[in-house]
Amino acid sequence: MGVRKNQANLTAQEKRAFVNAVLALKANGGYDPFVTTHNQFIISDVDNGERTGHRSPSFLPWHRQYLLEFERALQAVDPSVNLPYWDWTADRTATAGIWGADFMGGNGRSSDGQVTTGPFAFSGGNWRLNVNTDSRTYLRRQLGTGVAQLPSRTDTESVLAITTYDAAPWNSSSAGFRNNLEGWRGVNLHNRVHVWVGGQMATGMSPNDPVFWLHHCFVDKLWSEWQKRNPGKTYLPTAGTPDVIDLNDRMKPWNTVTPADLLDHSGTYTYDTGF
Amino acid sequence: MSEDTHATELTRRRMLQGAAAALTVATGTVVIGLAGPGGGAATAADPGASDSFDEVFQGRRIQGRPADVGSHHHGGAAGTGYEVRIDGDELHMMRNADGTWISVVNHYQTFATPRALARAAVNDLQGATLVPVVTA
Ligand SMILES: [Cu+2]
Ligand SMILES: [Cu+2]
Repeated sequence: MGVRKNQANLTAQEKRAFVNAVLALKANGGYDPFVTTHNQFIISDVDNGERTGHRSPSFLPWHRQYLLEFERALQAVDPSVNLPYWDWTADRTATAGIWGADFMGGNGRSSDGQVTTGPFAFSGGNWRLNVNTDSRTYLRRQLGTGVAQLPSRTDTESVLAITTYDAAPWNSSSAGFRNNLEGWRGVNLHNRVHVWVGGQMATGMSPNDPVFWLHHCFVDKLWSEWQKRNPGKTYLPTAGTPDVIDLNDRMKPWNTVTPADLLDHSGTYTYDTGF
Repeated sequence: MSEDTHATELTRRRMLQGAAAALTVATGTVVIGLAGPGGGAATAADPGASDSFDEVFQGRRIQGRPADVGSHHHGGAAGTGYEVRIDGDELHMMRNADGTWISVVNHYQTFATPRALARAAVNDLQGATLVPVVTA
């Protein structure tokens, strides 16, 4: 069973294995469909209509399953690889180790936002964006430009303290843990991190930047932490909600898993530490 | 047409557009609101029919107008009710429950008005052209 570790604690060899598996998936054509799927959901999930991947209770189980699919695709390349997570409350500057040339590569240059260091720099020839919002095919980042600060530990603790999973109307205006973690209201955790990274991470095609997986792995870990702290609380809503995935509804695009199936990940993977 | 002639032609077109836009700005409602996460929530203005805009912003023509929801062709982005174009290309956008807006270019950041959203997209694009959103 896989152990998902903090990226800050990966060995040089673990970093290399992760990067190489991602590059191999990109090269064999298996990566870009993940980008397409994400964008399809992000543009079709709407507050007043059907919503599954985002701005809805299933934001968390949907991304849990999406990450599992991606992790399995990496493991098909290299069975030793597990998704690492980025604790952005701790590694919170543009010079943090995650942005090293041996891992995610650095910030974009000021002229055009192009990432010029690390394995995903366009000049390396291994990372061309094929599913994109615009004509630029190189990876871009503008760390700390769209918003100055990543969420703090205090911000994150305040969201973990919300004891209700989600609330009507089950969208971007909801109170509850899910929407505060997603970031449409309150101190803003998940959304803010996308904006802080900038470049493709700020777009609907955000999985074009491999840091997407590390960000969402940490969001998944925070859900896991919330569950641990709120043992009596469960996923809501439980039944009969139009346009929204109830506890036992199957989720597109897989149509095989329900939120209920995904609540307990301990049989599939664990996290190295608590938050 | 040579590269040079083409460039001149583009510049001339943009100047004409600029003149038209200046008129629009003078008569239209200008509501600019930008909200960053952590920078407070955007307060949405309700765009009625009068809130169409057509201007040149940083050399790009941005246009916005209320749209027939039913005619929206990007699979399922129901309820948008508004259309924004940059140099004629549609910018995919969406309205949030609180009335704020997001676009495919800034999908995790809310804007108070379509015009603010269009300008933010121009800033992000740095001259790049939008490609149609593929919803295979
Ligand atoms: Cu997502
Ligand atoms: Cu995300």
